[in-house]
Amino acid sequence: MDDARLLNAPFDSPEAVLPPGHTYESVGEKVASIPLAPVSGTRWQWMLGLAVSLLFLLIFLVAIIYDVQQGVGIWGVRIPAAWAFAITNFIWWIGIGHAGTLISAILLLVNQQWRTSINRLAEAMTIWAVMCAGLMPLLHLGRQWLFYWLFPYPNTMGVQPQFRSPLVWDVFAVLTYFTISLLFWFTGMIPDLASLRDRARSGFARTVYGFLSLGWRGSARHWHNYQITYLLFAGLATPLVVSVHTVVSLDFSISLLPGWHSTIFPPYFVAGAIFSGFAMVLTLIIPIRSFYGLKDLITLRHLDNCAKLLLATGLIVAYGYLMETFMAFYSGNTYEKAIVLDRLQGRYAWVYYTVLFCNVVLPQLLWVRRYRRNTVLLFILSIAINIGMWMERFVIVVQSLSRDYLPSAWRIYGPTLWDWLTLLGSLGLFFTMQFLFMRLLPMIPISEVRELLHRQRGHTA
Amino acid sequence: MSPITETGTGSPENHRFWRSIDELAGAAAGPLPNRKMPLDRRRMLKLMGASLTLAGLAGCTTVVPPRKIVPYVHEPSEIIPGHPLYFATAMPLGGYGRGLLVESHMGRPTKVEGNPRHPASLGATDPYAQASVLSLYDPDRARSVSRRSRPSSWATFVSAMEGEVRTQVSKQGAGLRILTGSVTSPTLYSQLQQILQRFPQAKWHQYDPDNGSTQLAGSLLAFGEPVWTRYRFESADIVLSLDSDFLTEGPAWLHYSRHWAERRQRRNGSGGMSRLYALESTPTCTGAVADNRLAVRASEIEDFARTVFRRVEMNVQKSPQPQTSDLRGLWADAVARDLLQHRGSSIVVPGTHQPAAVHALAHSLNHALGNTNKTVIHTAPVEPAPVDHIESLTELVGEMKQGKVDLLIILSFDPVFTAPADLEFAEALKRTVTSVYLGMYNDETAASASWHVPEAHFLESWGDVRAFDGSATIIQPLIMPLYGGRSPHEILALLQENPSATPYETVRRYWQSASQAKDFENFWTSALQTGVVPDTAFDSKDVTLQNRTPKAARREDAAGLEINFRIDPCVYDGRFSNNGWLQELPKPLTKLTWDNAALMSPATARSLGFDPNDVSRTGSQGLPVPLVELRYRGRSVQAPIFLLPGHPDNSVTAHLGYGLQRGGKHATGRGFNAYALRTSEAPWFYSGLEVRKLDSTAMLATTQRHFSLNGRNLMRVFDIQDLDTDPESETQQAGPMLHNSLYPSWPYHEYKWAMTVDLSRCIGCNSCVVACVAENNSPVVGKEQVGMAREMQWLRIDRYYSGKPDSPRTHFQPVYCMHCEKAPCELVCPVHATTHSSEGLNQMVYNRCVGTRYCSNNCPYKVRRFNFLQYSDYVTPSLKPLRNPDVTVRSRGVMEKCTYCVQRIQEAKINAAKENRPVKDGEIIMACQQACPTKVFTFGDLNDSNSMVSRAARNPLAYGMLAELNTVPRTRYLAGVRNPNPELG
Repeated sequence: MDDARLLNAPFDSPEAVLPPGHTYESVGEKVASIPLAPVSGTRWQWMLGLAVSLLFLLIFLVAIIYDVQQGVGIWGVRIPAAWAFAITNFIWWIGIGHAGTLISAILLLVNQQWRTSINRLAEAMTIWAVMCAGLMPLLHLGRQWLFYWLFPYPNTMGVQPQFRSPLVWDVFAVLTYFTISLLFWFTGMIPDLASLRDRARSGFARTVYGFLSLGWRGSARHWHNYQITYLLFAGLATPLVVSVHTVVSLDFSISLLPGWHSTIFPPYFVAGAIFSGFAMVLTLIIPIRSFYGLKDLITLRHLDNCAKLLLATGLIVAYGYLMETFMAFYSGNTYEKAIVLDRLQGRYAWVYYTVLFCNVVLPQLLWVRRYRRNTVLLFILSIAINIGMWMERFVIVVQSLSRDYLPSAWRIYGPTLWDWLTLLGSLGLFFTMQFLFMRLLPMIPISEVRELLHRQRGHTA
Repeated sequence: MSPITETGTGSPENHRFWRSIDELAGAAAGPLPNRKMPLDRRRMLKLMGASLTLAGLAGCTTVVPPRKIVPYVHEPSEIIPGHPLYFATAMPLGGYGRGLLVESHMGRPTKVEGNPRHPASLGATDPYAQASVLSLYDPDRARSVSRRSRPSSWATFVSAMEGEVRTQVSKQGAGLRILTGSVTSPTLYSQLQQILQRFPQAKWHQYDPDNGSTQLAGSLLAFGEPVWTRYRFESADIVLSLDSDFLTEGPAWLHYSRHWAERRQRRNGSGGMSRLYALESTPTCTGAVADNRLAVRASEIEDFARTVFRRVEMNVQKSPQPQTSDLRGLWADAVARDLLQHRGSSIVVPGTHQPAAVHALAHSLNHALGNTNKTVIHTAPVEPAPVDHIESLTELVGEMKQGKVDLLIILSFDPVFTAPADLEFAEALKRTVTSVYLGMYNDETAASASWHVPEAHFLESWGDVRAFDGSATIIQPLIMPLYGGRSPHEILALLQENPSATPYETVRRYWQSASQAKDFENFWTSALQTGVVPDTAFDSKDVTLQNRTPKAARREDAAGLEINFRIDPCVYDGRFSNNGWLQELPKPLTKLTWDNAALMSPATARSLGFDPNDVSRTGSQGLPVPLVELRYRGRSVQAPIFLLPGHPDNSVTAHLGYGLQRGGKHATGRGFNAYALRTSEAPWFYSGLEVRKLDSTAMLATTQRHFSLNGRNLMRVFDIQDLDTDPESETQQAGPMLHNSLYPSWPYHEYKWAMTVDLSRCIGCNSCVVACVAENNSPVVGKEQVGMAREMQWLRIDRYYSGKPDSPRTHFQPVYCMHCEKAPCELVCPVHATTHSSEGLNQMVYNRCVGTRYCSNNCPYKVRRFNFLQYSDYVTPSLKPLRNPDVTVRSRGVMEKCTYCVQRIQEAKINAAKENRPVKDGEIIMACQQACPTKVFTFGDLNDSNSMVSRAARNPLAYGMLAELNTVPRTRYLAGVRNPNPELG
């Protein structure tokens, strides 16, 4: 593999993405061999990973059951910090879910070919992340079994949701996002599923993949319809990248709480979401490419591009931090100033400084090309950014709430064991789904990589 | 009892009635154990068939009841389901009564209000009275007579007592001792007199931890005779409090605070705002609202009083130059001058905790200032036999230890717990042959007495009691004793000629002879109805001052800090320890719940080696504070420390009433037992306390941790001088009441409810908080939940400090839902669970609430409360009748907050609609408003420009808290005005 040539190639050339040596056959073989491996061929590392994830999923289930049975009082939520871990988790997961759509939709529309190797993984990650995110506000209700009152449905009570509340907007935004992401992901997978069907040796696999591939025969008409549909979904999904986190940010900026009531929140939240989403993409693909030997399909070029996106969005986020602080003093508003000063000096100051270190200081390393290609460093950095972004949301949600207008109402928040178990448990759900996905579905889009190969080398491939 | 439940044991089989499957099975199957196969499958099926058939029969109306039953055609007069009745009665506390009107729903007392005709209530209530209904239904109350902690019965007890009485009759009562608390009850006193006549050698002792002994000793010192003193604060321009918490303590505080507050209005000319000087050895509500407050140690009060008296005698008013530069000298000068300028319209009030000399000096001062019979009224003692309680108890314990006591009747609250530690009452009790304890709980005395008889709650039994001015009230019960409780009258009757006399007969017989009324029936009915026996208040009495300058009390200061013992503002002397409402009630100044602590000033803490910043650093589970060992006169206890600004240095305050080891699940193991340090020589304060640091910490639960306003204009207070010199400040302080909106205002066609809160009047006494809890079925959440900031009181009293940290000014601000016109909470609820009513209320729809808690986040006042867990007790049967049937009991997962007592609004509207008229101004009274002794709250209709609330809202002092947020709050505050002496800065 000629990494030097690869990396020095012009940015938009096909050579920039894939190393030479691959044929249509080799790509198909390489990707399809993972899901089609016999049960006996399952690697123990994967089993271990799945087992650990399932353990955390079990913890999640216990935490959910206990929460529904006892009420949200098992968490550390209180007055004034009536929102805390669950909402922090919600924003964090939704943010992680952003990378998938961004890679799939926007990069497709702007014709960024390097996206092809990692888009399936990112989309899958999006879906699991949105699943985790969607559960959080639901578990966080006082009476969880009445969650459906947030949906507009015909009912004998004659009451519809209160459409002025951003929480109702959330329901629509998140559900739309989930639906589109799921369809987009599935549609993109159809040709590959057919490919798996055709390669499958066992009857069971053939039946399942055959069912999922919806009768795909690879005719020109199929390809034509497929391409249009796929593009259409990309077009539909593009505004969602911006809208979902904008709506989530409105949960805060609509309110009159100092620290929440801010017009900068929508762009700041979207940038933060893409930032954390790409961090999670890196967290996932760096081990996967080495574990499954996919370094020639997910190349350093991919990592390099992800790192650049991290740097760019990280700078927007840093601008957000700066502006929040600046505006608090510029406005002269007593309450805004107080909340910023408390952020810098108060009980949660250590959290805020960790946020600044993880999200502002560390990403500056990515200015250096050498570091962008250092997989170990990138992996550590991506974890740090994931943690930093979670803490950023914690600061926004909890620190602002615990010190608002009336000093008499100020109280300190502290999480309970169940808060932590819920957070860790949601990671269990995420990774369980991710492990199953990696083993059972083609995690790199075969057809798209072949298309890229075709463009790269013409018919010689 | 319905005849359906009768079992016809001798009746034919088809007429057999059965109460339970067990009984039926028993009857059908015969004695089960004698059979080999008691229940095989066939038999089981047969039985089930029989059960079904009989169940059908029992529900069948063709079966004629064997006894005549009477249908409910003519309902009992006055009882209409859904309509409560009110009965006048009185709550005795520390021997004195506070008049009450008790609301009764279908025979269940649910809520207590003050009796406007009663002098010690004037319509208001204290927190204890508000919480008394919870004590009534308390499931932890003792339920049966017990002998040496083993269950027994009343009949056994009575027959045992017969034997004891026979023995005592032969000995002329030589071994008979009766221990009561302070007694003002005329009936109880007459019973005691009869017993003492029957048993000439028997003795009656009195002991209450909180008692009038110092008042008695002071009057003996000054006048040579026992004299009770009461004050007329409505006529006082200047009040000097010598460590007296007259505004929230003592039998007359509701009366005093009402009249004091009447003089806190800014008016021109005479009758203007009064001025209150307070010297305090521990921060109290009185000091918090005083115009000038000086923190001094309790032992230094006497010197100060003497200095003021000397100045008054010297008539120093013409020497404006301060003679001394020290603060106390300055104070003495300024106070003396002010007092001299208001001869005949000033009051000097000594504190209950101060020694006789201070009381005598106060008498001398009042006399010298010509206040007697103007603002200060002397009467005969309201207690028919006033004694020094400590002396009385000491004498009793001495005899008990000598084995002279064969039969001890204890009618006072838990003396094993409350008696001074050096008397070793528990030891003495063991040497008493037979002891009988009448108490509500299985507490420490109940465990060590030979007999424990459960005591009836005052809402369960007949009795009588006098108020602080002598006015007698006949206590009428509202319910039969729930747990078989007995009243003191019943116990004493056992020692009398007629042991079977019921309390009703005893009380009635007393009044029959005492009233001398021609038409006794009429007298009795009207006394019960009004809640006050007419013409029983004591007239003023002329006394002559015999000793103008009493000698200084002999004092040998020991090394170390001074310790102050105080009655707890929430659990009193410990008798309310098992009352969740009072335990969870944030104490007025510390905002501490469920615990007491060793209170000290930050400077004292620093001198003891604590960093004040560390000690007051909140944790997420509460307030972790260091534990210390308090060592005093050879005894020691472990206590958490709590820093209280405004506490005098080198002094520690310990509140009594905590640290019970027995007596209910809320009472046990809370706080530390300050009684374990209290000795008979110095029951209230003395020096010699050592504080030793321990390595462990304790977790305290407070409801407020930040006491500085941080420069925010939330709580507004003006000095009257500033308002007088710069009237602009008054009108400009309110700031604009914004009403900026793109949308048109809500129309209010009928009513537009609003409230005002007068900050000048609030004394922080907490009555409103408990009244709100009682009215609105608010749950008790427990210490751990309070530590996690989940207390459920809808109304809280915020306390802020201003000024210098060592001598801060304290401010109280009641905060509850503002019912904003543009409510931020309404906007963000996704399910329409909080909405705006057509009368301007911001209302919670509990059934609709899913619990997103967004409304609370968006509430700038943080007045919303959330049921994080299932807080309301749906399970305990005895608590069910306690609930207010007009208010929903909230389940978990639901947000709640102040409703402006919407149930009371609805009731008034329904009544008005029936009479085809609009609701009258003042017809609707909020629960908080009704309980408030100082009339802080005003409620009414803003659409009526003449209503009280409209007038109050037009007051130039009125402002909306955080009105700059465009919330347009319906609850408006009237800025506090204070009248400090400018000389004292």
